[in-house]
Amino acid sequence: MLKAISLPLARKARRHVLPGFGLSLGISLTFVSLVLLLPLTGLVGQLKGLSLSEYWFIITEPRVVASYVTTIGGAFVAALINAVFGLLMAWVLVRYDFPGKRLLDALMDLPFALPTAVAGITLATLYSSKGWMGQLLEPLGWQVSYTWVGIALAMAFTSIPFVVRTVQPVLEDLPSEIDEAAMSLGARDGVAFRRVILPHLWPALVTGTGLAFVRSLGEFGAVIFIAGNMPYETEITSLMIFVKLQEYDYVGASAIASVVLLTSLLLLLAINLWQGRFIRRLHGGRG
Amino acid sequence: MSIHLRHIQKHFGRSQALSPIDLEIRSGELIGLLGPSGSGKTTLLRIIAGLETPDDHRDCRILFGERDVTQVHVRDRRIGFVFQHYALFRHMSVFDNVAFGLTVLPRAERPSSAEIRSRVMQLLEMVQLSHLAERFPAQLSGGQQQRVSLARALALKPEVLLLDEPFGALDAKVRQELRRWLRHLHDELGFTSVFVTHDQEEALELSDRVVVMSNGRIEQVDTPDTLYRAPRNRFVFEFLGDVNHLEGVVQDGVLTCGDARLAVDLEDGRQELLLRPHEVQVALQAQADAHLPASVMSIVPVGAEVRVELSADWMSEPWMATLSHQDAERLSLKRGMRVHALPRRWHHYPDAQEAPGTQVRPQQVSA
Repeated sequence: MLKAISLPLARKARRHVLPGFGLSLGISLTFVSLVLLLPLTGLVGQLKGLSLSEYWFIITEPRVVASYVTTIGGAFVAALINAVFGLLMAWVLVRYDFPGKRLLDALMDLPFALPTAVAGITLATLYSSKGWMGQLLEPLGWQVSYTWVGIALAMAFTSIPFVVRTVQPVLEDLPSEIDEAAMSLGARDGVAFRRVILPHLWPALVTGTGLAFVRSLGEFGAVIFIAGNMPYETEITSLMIFVKLQEYDYVGASAIASVVLLTSLLLLLAINLWQGRFIRRLHGGRG
Repeated sequence: MSIHLRHIQKHFGRSQALSPIDLEIRSGELIGLLGPSGSGKTTLLRIIAGLETPDDHRDCRILFGERDVTQVHVRDRRIGFVFQHYALFRHMSVFDNVAFGLTVLPRAERPSSAEIRSRVMQLLEMVQLSHLAERFPAQLSGGQQQRVSLARALALKPEVLLLDEPFGALDAKVRQELRRWLRHLHDELGFTSVFVTHDQEEALELSDRVVVMSNGRIEQVDTPDTLYRAPRNRFVFEFLGDVNHLEGVVQDGVLTCGDARLAVDLEDGRQELLLRPHEVQVALQAQADAHLPASVMSIVPVGAEVRVELSADWMSEPWMATLSHQDAERLSLKRGMRVHALPRRWHHYPDAQEAPGTQVRPQQVSA
C-alpha cells in the first residue's frame, strides 16, 4: 500500500510533457553546427589576419563595388518580377481547376531541381544572338545576353519557386467566404482583392519575395553564363569571389563573401521580425 | 421586400442539388430553411444571395419585390449575408469590418468619413459592441464575432438579410441569446430574413414560417404550429421530433408484431405506425385493445418530464416515452421493470400519396 503511494512521488515531475526534447534539440544543434555554423566560422576565421583598413580596402575596391550594384540591381528586378508572376502563378494554381494543373504545379519546382549551371547554359544559348529568342529580340534592339537584363532573367528563373511556394499554402487556407463576404457588401473584384485578399497574402508575399531576393544575391551558376562578365558592367559579386579564389587570394574571397553573408543575414532577420509583427495581429495579439 | 422564386433548380456535375423549386416569401417575414445536411437548403440560400447561379431555364426567376434579380451579380443585389463562420476580415478592426460596405461604395454615393463613423458606431451600439470597436476579430468570442458580422451585413441597410447557419458554430447558451436578439432586431428593422438551420428547435422557435427541405425538394412550408401539428408527410413528421416506430401485420383490425398487439382501424397488410414520445403512456397492465409489453431500460428526469426508454423483442429500436414526474412516481418505475406501453394516439403515413392519418385511441383510465 505504502509503496503504491510513494511510487508516483518518487519520480520528479518533468517540465516538458512531450518526450525527447533534450535529445532532439541536441541532435539538431549538432547538425546545424556541423553543416552551417562550422563553415561560417571558417569563413570569418579567414579574416583574422586582416586589419580593418585592409578589409575595408578589399570590399570597397571599385570593381567589387560595381559588382554589388549589378548584383543588387539584378536581384531587385528579379524579385519584383517574381513577386508579380509568382503571386499570379500561385493564384492560378489555387483558385482554378484546369487540365494540366498538376503538371504546372510540379513544374514550379523545376528551378530547385535543375542544376543552376544547366539553366544558365540553356538561357545563354536561347538568348545569344543566334539563339531562338535572341534572333527575335535583337532586331528590335533588345539585347538580353551579356546585359543586366540577362542577369535579372537568370536570377528570376532560379528564385521563382520561393514566391510560389510561400504564397500558395496561405492562399489555400484562405476561406472563399472572405471574398464572398466582400462581394456581398458591394465590393468590385479589384477592391475585394486589394483590401481583403492581398492583406492576408502580404506577409507570405513579402517573405517569398525576400527569400527570392536573398537567393538571387548569391546566385552563381545560372548567371555567369548569360552575364558576359564584363568588369564594371556585368560582373556579379559571386563571380568576384570566384575570381579571387582562382587567384589563390583566399582572404580577399572571404572578405567579399562576408559582405554577402552579412547582407543576407540582416535581410532574413528583418523579414522575420516584420512578418512576426504582422501575423501576431491576425491571431489576436496587440501588433 | 418580398422574394419570389420560380423554377429554381441546380445541378452540381451530375448530381441534382435542387429539383425545381417555387417559393413565395412575404415582405417582412422571417423564414427558416430547415433540413438535414445535403437537403439543398444552403444551396437555395446561396442562390437567393447570388453566390450561386441556378441552372438555366426559361422559367427560372428570382424576384425581389418587382425587381428581377435573376441575372444580377451578388454585389448589386443589395442583400446582407451572414456566414456560419463569420467570415470577418481578420486584418481589420471591428470598426473597419463594419465600415467596409460603406467605404467601398462608388465615390459619388459614399458618405463622408464623419457620416460613416457615426453610422458604424450606431450599428455597433445596436449589437452592443461599441466598446470593442478598435479590437481585432481574433480577440472576440464567437458570439461577439457573429454580432460584428451581423452589424457588417446591416451597414448598407439591406432589405433582405440572408443567414447561413448563423448560430451553428456557437455554444447552446449563446445561441439561445442570439436567437432572441435576432428576432428582436428583425421585428424592429422590418427587413425580410431567410436563415438556414438543421436544428428543428431553432427553426420552430425563430421563424414565422418554416420551409422543410429534403433531397433538394421542399417538403412543406407552414407556420411552426401547423407544421408540428399537421406534418404533411412522414419525412416532416420524423424530422421535427423524436419518433417511435411500430411495424407489423394488420388483420381484422388488429396489428400484430411479435407478442405485441394493438387494435387499429387500418386495412389488412403490412403497416407502420409512428408515435411521439409524449403520446406513449406507461402502465402496469395491458388493456383489451393494446397489449405492448416492454421493460424499462433507463429513466432520465429532464426538466418538467421524465424520459423513459423502453425495450422489447418486438421493437426494432427502443422506444422513448415521456411521462410527468407525477406519473413516474405513481408507477414507482425502476430499471428492468416489466411494464406495458399504451399509445394515446398514433400517426400513419402510407407510402402512397394518400392522406396521412392520425388516430386517437379512446381514452381509458389505466390502473
